[in-house]
Amino acid sequence: MSGWLPAQASSFAPQIDGMFWAIMIITGITFVLVEIGIVWFSFAYRGRPGRQAHYTHGNGTAEIIWTAIPAVTMVILGLVSNGLWTQFKGRNSVPADAFPIEVHAKQFEWWVTYTGADGKFGRVTNDSISKTNPTGIDHSDPASNDDIVVRNQLHVPVGKPVVVYLSSEDVIHSFYVPEFRVRQDVVPGMQIKQWFVATVPGTYEIACSQLCGLGHYKMRAQVYVQTQADFDAWMQQQAEKAKGAPTS
Amino acid sequence: MRTLGSVAAVGAGLLVWALGGPMFAAAPTGAVDGATVSGKVKLVGKPAANPAIDMSEEAKCAAKYTTPPHEEIVTVGAGGALANVLVYVKAGLPADAKYPVPSTSVVIDQSGCTYHPRVFGIMVGQTLEIKNSDPLLHNIKALGKKNRPFNISQPAAGMTTTRTFTAPEVMLPFECNVHGWMHAYAAVLPHPFFATTGPDGSFSIKGLPPGTYTLEAWHEKYGTQTATVTVAGAAAKTADFTFTAK
Amino acid sequence: MSTAAATAHAGHAHHDDRSFVQKYLFSTDHKIIGIQFLFLSLFFLLIGAILSLQIRWQLAFPGQPMPGGKLLPESMAAGGVLLPEYYLQLVTMHGTFMVFFAIMLLLVGVYANFLIPLKIGAHDMAFPRINMASFWSAVVAGLVMLSSLFVTDGSPRAGWTMYVPLSARHDYSGASLGQELWSISIIFFGLSSVLGSLNYITTVINNRAPGMTWFRMPLSVWALFITAILGLLAVPVLAGAAIMLLFEQILGTHFFDPSAGGQVLLWQHLFWFFGHPEVYILILPAMGMVSELVANGSRKPIFGYHSMVFAICGIAFLGWIVWGHHMFVSGMNPTLGSSFMVTTLLIAVPSAIKVFNWMGTMWRGNLRFHTPMLWGIGFVAMFTIGGLSGIFMAATPVDMYIHDTYFIVAHIHYVLVGGSLFAIFGGIVFWYPKMFGRMMNETAGKVHFWLTLILYNCVFFPMHIIGMAGHMRRIYDPTIYDFLKPVQHWNVFISISAFLLFGTQIIFFLNFWLSMFWGKKAALNPWEDNGLEWSLPSPAPHGNWDTPPTVYRGPYEFSVPGASEDYIPQNKKLPTDREPALAPAHGD
Repeated sequence: MSGWLPAQASSFAPQIDGMFWAIMIITGITFVLVEIGIVWFSFAYRGRPGRQAHYTHGNGTAEIIWTAIPAVTMVILGLVSNGLWTQFKGRNSVPADAFPIEVHAKQFEWWVTYTGADGKFGRVTNDSISKTNPTGIDHSDPASNDDIVVRNQLHVPVGKPVVVYLSSEDVIHSFYVPEFRVRQDVVPGMQIKQWFVATVPGTYEIACSQLCGLGHYKMRAQVYVQTQADFDAWMQQQAEKAKGAPTS
Repeated sequence: MRTLGSVAAVGAGLLVWALGGPMFAAAPTGAVDGATVSGKVKLVGKPAANPAIDMSEEAKCAAKYTTPPHEEIVTVGAGGALANVLVYVKAGLPADAKYPVPSTSVVIDQSGCTYHPRVFGIMVGQTLEIKNSDPLLHNIKALGKKNRPFNISQPAAGMTTTRTFTAPEVMLPFECNVHGWMHAYAAVLPHPFFATTGPDGSFSIKGLPPGTYTLEAWHEKYGTQTATVTVAGAAAKTADFTFTAK
Repeated sequence: MSTAAATAHAGHAHHDDRSFVQKYLFSTDHKIIGIQFLFLSLFFLLIGAILSLQIRWQLAFPGQPMPGGKLLPESMAAGGVLLPEYYLQLVTMHGTFMVFFAIMLLLVGVYANFLIPLKIGAHDMAFPRINMASFWSAVVAGLVMLSSLFVTDGSPRAGWTMYVPLSARHDYSGASLGQELWSISIIFFGLSSVLGSLNYITTVINNRAPGMTWFRMPLSVWALFITAILGLLAVPVLAGAAIMLLFEQILGTHFFDPSAGGQVLLWQHLFWFFGHPEVYILILPAMGMVSELVANGSRKPIFGYHSMVFAICGIAFLGWIVWGHHMFVSGMNPTLGSSFMVTTLLIAVPSAIKVFNWMGTMWRGNLRFHTPMLWGIGFVAMFTIGGLSGIFMAATPVDMYIHDTYFIVAHIHYVLVGGSLFAIFGGIVFWYPKMFGRMMNETAGKVHFWLTLILYNCVFFPMHIIGMAGHMRRIYDPTIYDFLKPVQHWNVFISISAFLLFGTQIIFFLNFWLSMFWGKKAALNPWEDNGLEWSLPSPAPHGNWDTPPTVYRGPYEFSVPGASEDYIPQNKKLPTDREPALAPAHGD
């Protein structure tokens, strides 16, 4: 299902698109009825000499009908929406086996950190942030030794749940991948988790989606959805690079 | 009455001479006359490797490089010649001396997603011309403490803008927020007696009037070194600096 | 008002020996104040429109020098090419001027002031001098806001929603004094709004003419009354938030600074707690006016008057508990998202009720398609689209995708332009004779309507499409994104339509100003309407009535079977009418 919606590249996309089109049908029918009604009434009841309007103050039954139908429709919509919402965003929604990646946003770059072989993120502190240490890795923490840090690139394995831990250094940014239909604001002072499953290998874009300053439009990164083999190879290559000088 | 007038005239003349004297006395310097102090800056020891820059997500800049770009924090040439060291006269000039501001601009260019030059000196009131030679957005943020900070964006190639500084400040850093690896440093000085070492590590400061001066050499990683030098007449003097790699 | 007070004012209506300054500049007459607000707000509507033209240029032709761009200072446009920091100022100030200084002033400042006393049979507002203060504080607010364009570092650029920390820190935004001026302007604006609300509420409760019971009040008065309550309660929250922001900017407080115990999201909660009732402030008066226009044009009573009143109250009430729908992806607890979703979906219901009732009014009517009726019908048609698009964003999973995209921008503009502005155009034409004593040109009015309707849809409908494609808001150059390349041609189409739409408004501009001097002189009741204002001369005199009129019926008695005309004004006494017992006061 697309039309003007972008390609679907995550497990959320078909579900969200499904809701979108369901709402489109409901609102579309309403739209057609109302607009055709208006045009029809305009023609049918146009003033002509000798005509008189029908004097009435209303109709209680009509009021009940056109209150009840929208109300019931909205309630149903709400229940269905909530089910999906809890799945995407709920406190307990992140799958236990989700592959963790830290995404640190700052004016105007996305800094992505992987745990490396030890599966643990090194501690990061605000005080450690410097020109050559954009994510603020505390190098005294041994867990940080194998952390892999890359700029403006998010590599994820296809078909596996991934959870990004979103943090911001300065202002509110927003992590948004259109083909995944995923969006989550990144807020200073908070670490927010957002999970997803990328379903189609390829290259996609992260577009910052909350006004963050003059470089907001340029705060773009790439998502590389790779087969497990390609992803592992990339991680291996990064691990070897990380053993040398720190990448900026 | 006439006596009073004469006394007033002489008094006024004396006043003008007393106040205006120093104005006429201070000769414009930085010109042909005056002494030259030159020297070499060396680095002893092996510096840590410059960090590689990951330009993979900025294709139009990455394309300008044939070898992988690095942050040029430490640039060492043959025999330990240390480039990008800003050498300037820190003390010794008359306190009330005024130096004419050159009409030429200092140009800082954003090209290949790096600042060129990385380290430079500029006089208070002199025009800094900021150029973007990359076909993409750079913002140049001047993190002045004594000068009013500014943050200008240049979204396209060919854009230029100018700024001037109003107060001496050593050093005034620049950064780009779109490309966090971009850094430059300016020494904003009230006088023209400064120079930046080139790839051969040498510097030359011309036109110094006679006197005893403290020279400071500044490097972004290795900090500062000072040297004292006395000049008399037009004789050239040398001052060398040595930094140690940590 | 009591009869004693009424008699005291009777003498007033005959002698008007005030000076020009007293009469027209520092007037306490609600009608003059309404007209002053009209001139002020039309000016800001023009400013807001000019800002939007520049936005549209940049979006359609990023990187190309804008015509006239070389006139701008280098800090805004380098060689005529708009700079990102200026672009963000444009979007911020467009939103700010349009929401506060154009639409709010046009709907409330103009029509609450002009219509309420006239339509309830009062001489003036309850507090005429406070009314004057309300106008002049709005002027101060507007001037302060305008001045931000001219100070060092220019206007604020964090969006009209001013999210912190971007808006709170100069080193993040690049704005300095301009940012503070926004807060100061909003504080003055808040003062103006609250003073106005106090007046409108008191006047409606206390100053209704004999026989004007609550359920004989025209729907425009109901809408303005409920709106005034919303404003009284919501605007101070904005002013408070603006003060906190100002303190953050200049005093170094840490309300919003997480490194010092503050909360970033606090701003959003405060802003949207105001912001959501605000959007109902921006639509309810329009809905009220549309009821007048559609009933008059249909020659029929409003269908379901009581339902319409309850819908207005329902929208207003529910409007307090939906603000979190602006914050679904903000980082706020997702469970809160669920509760706000429920309330937001429910608020669609009273709006739907209103649309069906307007259609019911047209049904079996005897339709007259005068210009105001065209705008009224246009409102119903366009507001329906805006309201329906709101349902997409109420559904939280869908909102995760369309939040901060042009789908939202489309929604905003369908309800604010296709909704509020259409109603305003209709209202201006409809009440023009009562304001200025002349008619606007009907042919020009119709041409203006049709061209605006077509071009406006060309501008804003495609925004749904690019929003669906994921086009973000406040983006200086969308062409750097691969996923947006397929829809860039829509940006060009939208922009060209926008330039044409702006050009079309010249028709309105000329019609408005030229008719004031050369328009056909207006009769007492040119639209054959039932409201009390139409029993007064055109323009209405200072003090309105010598003695307050007496009201015998509801406001929409059109096409009553057996009547000599197809309308019966509220104050027309028929042989079968009884005198009302007493002047209603304190909420009869």
